Amino acid sequence: MAQHQVKFGTGLPVALTTVDKIVNWGRSNSLWVLTYGLACCGIEMMASGASRYDFDRFGTIFRASPRQAEVMVIAGTLTKKHAEFIRRLYDQMAEPKWVISMGSCANTGGMFNTYATVQGADRVIPVDLYLPGCAPRPETLQYAVMMLQKKIRREPANQNKNIPQKRFI
Amino acid sequence: MREYKPKDNVQAKAYYNDRFYVAPQLAKLDPNSDEIFGSDVSKLKANFEILEAYIQKDELVIFINYSKNVEVLKFLRDELNYSFLMEMSAVDFLAKRNGFEIFYEMLSLTKRKRIRVKTFLAKGLAIETVENLFRSANFAEREMFDMFGIQVNNHSFLKRIMMPDDWNGHPLLKTYPLQGDESAQWYEVDKIFGKEAREIIGPEIRDSARVDRYDTERFARLGHEVAKGTDISKSEPNTDNHQFQEKGGVFLVKNLNKSQKILTEQERRDR
Ligand code: SF4
Repeated sequence: MAQHQVKFGTGLPVALTTVDKIVNWGRSNSLWVLTYGLACCGIEMMASGASRYDFDRFGTIFRASPRQAEVMVIAGTLTKKHAEFIRRLYDQMAEPKWVISMGSCANTGGMFNTYATVQGADRVIPVDLYLPGCAPRPETLQYAVMMLQKKIRREPANQNKNIPQKRFI
Repeated sequence: MREYKPKDNVQAKAYYNDRFYVAPQLAKLDPNSDEIFGSDVSKLKANFEILEAYIQKDELVIFINYSKNVEVLKFLRDELNYSFLMEMSAVDFLAKRNGFEIFYEMLSLTKRKRIRVKTFLAKGLAIETVENLFRSANFAEREMFDMFGIQVNNHSFLKRIMMPDDWNGHPLLKTYPLQGDESAQWYEVDKIFGKEAREIIGPEIRDSARVDRYDTERFARLGHEVAKGTDISKSEPNTDNHQFQEKGGVFLVKNLNKSQKILTEQERRDR
């Protein structure tokens, strides 16, 4: 909303802007997050949602249903058994959607270099932001959300055009 | 997909290469050195064949025949007051002795004693379930089946408990590779996208410390974003100085003022 002009006169203030900007402004300030605590990182995610770090300030509210969420925070170790379900939940989220991969485990498999762990959640779903750390502190998740907001504001509002019909990653 | 068959016999390989290494062992004491254990063992011996009995680290260890596991555990529970089955599982001795050792850890609250019942099960044999004596054995036996492939007779619901149902192999066998066989490494890709996606997604990168610093196809470094595919091996532009918000601020959103946000030690304590 860099181009807006606000007229504080007698009547209502008037803001002039582009549709892209107003849509993205709305989107970026009401990011509803699909709770996805898979392991210890989930605790830090919950801490970010609780009163001390207070995610509601950003309009970020945790939802327990993929239908109501637009951001998925993969917080924790993604096991091979679970990979199928994360993909299913991701597919159930409505476009536009974004993914934050939180912690080393979700980024690369982390210390679990074993048969049972998916070596990076980006093998299964596309990831927008990778947060390093084991576990990342709530401030880091807040930072990631703010970076995501910035990213959303930069993108064209009608993203769907840019998404190829068949995509694996 | 071919089944994973290890060519080098990992199990037979010497674990320790030091010629003079002696694996440490705890002292094995005579069961009669403890009053309670001594009487327990004599009562057990009167009813069952006890192959071996000793005390190790204040815990009685007895070896029994695998076919008598239910009777022995029932006797221990009802007659000798070992009312808890703390845990049970198996140990893979396939290379050394072509079988598994199954152990049952039991606890008596009244005697304040622990006892470990061990039995040897040759490969291919099945063990009788103790689920009807201890409910906790239900999950433990499923885990044993999942991890070692040991069949349990008369179990009410013998199904994999940790690994997915369509998993190949039994992960706790010593021959199972830590990083998984072929089917394990491609499991999620095969299941979600199908085998034809293997080429697109590529093999797993097992070195988690490996970061391709100049990969602009897949990643954009925060604060140094460039167009996709740009060669940045020479130099990188600074796009912003890790600003939390855009320079001009965001409409109706309070601007983050970092200098205001730093709390003094006193303020932090007061919070
Ligand atoms: S990255 Fe660390 S804290 Fe997060 S889930 Fe993995 S092990 Fe736990």
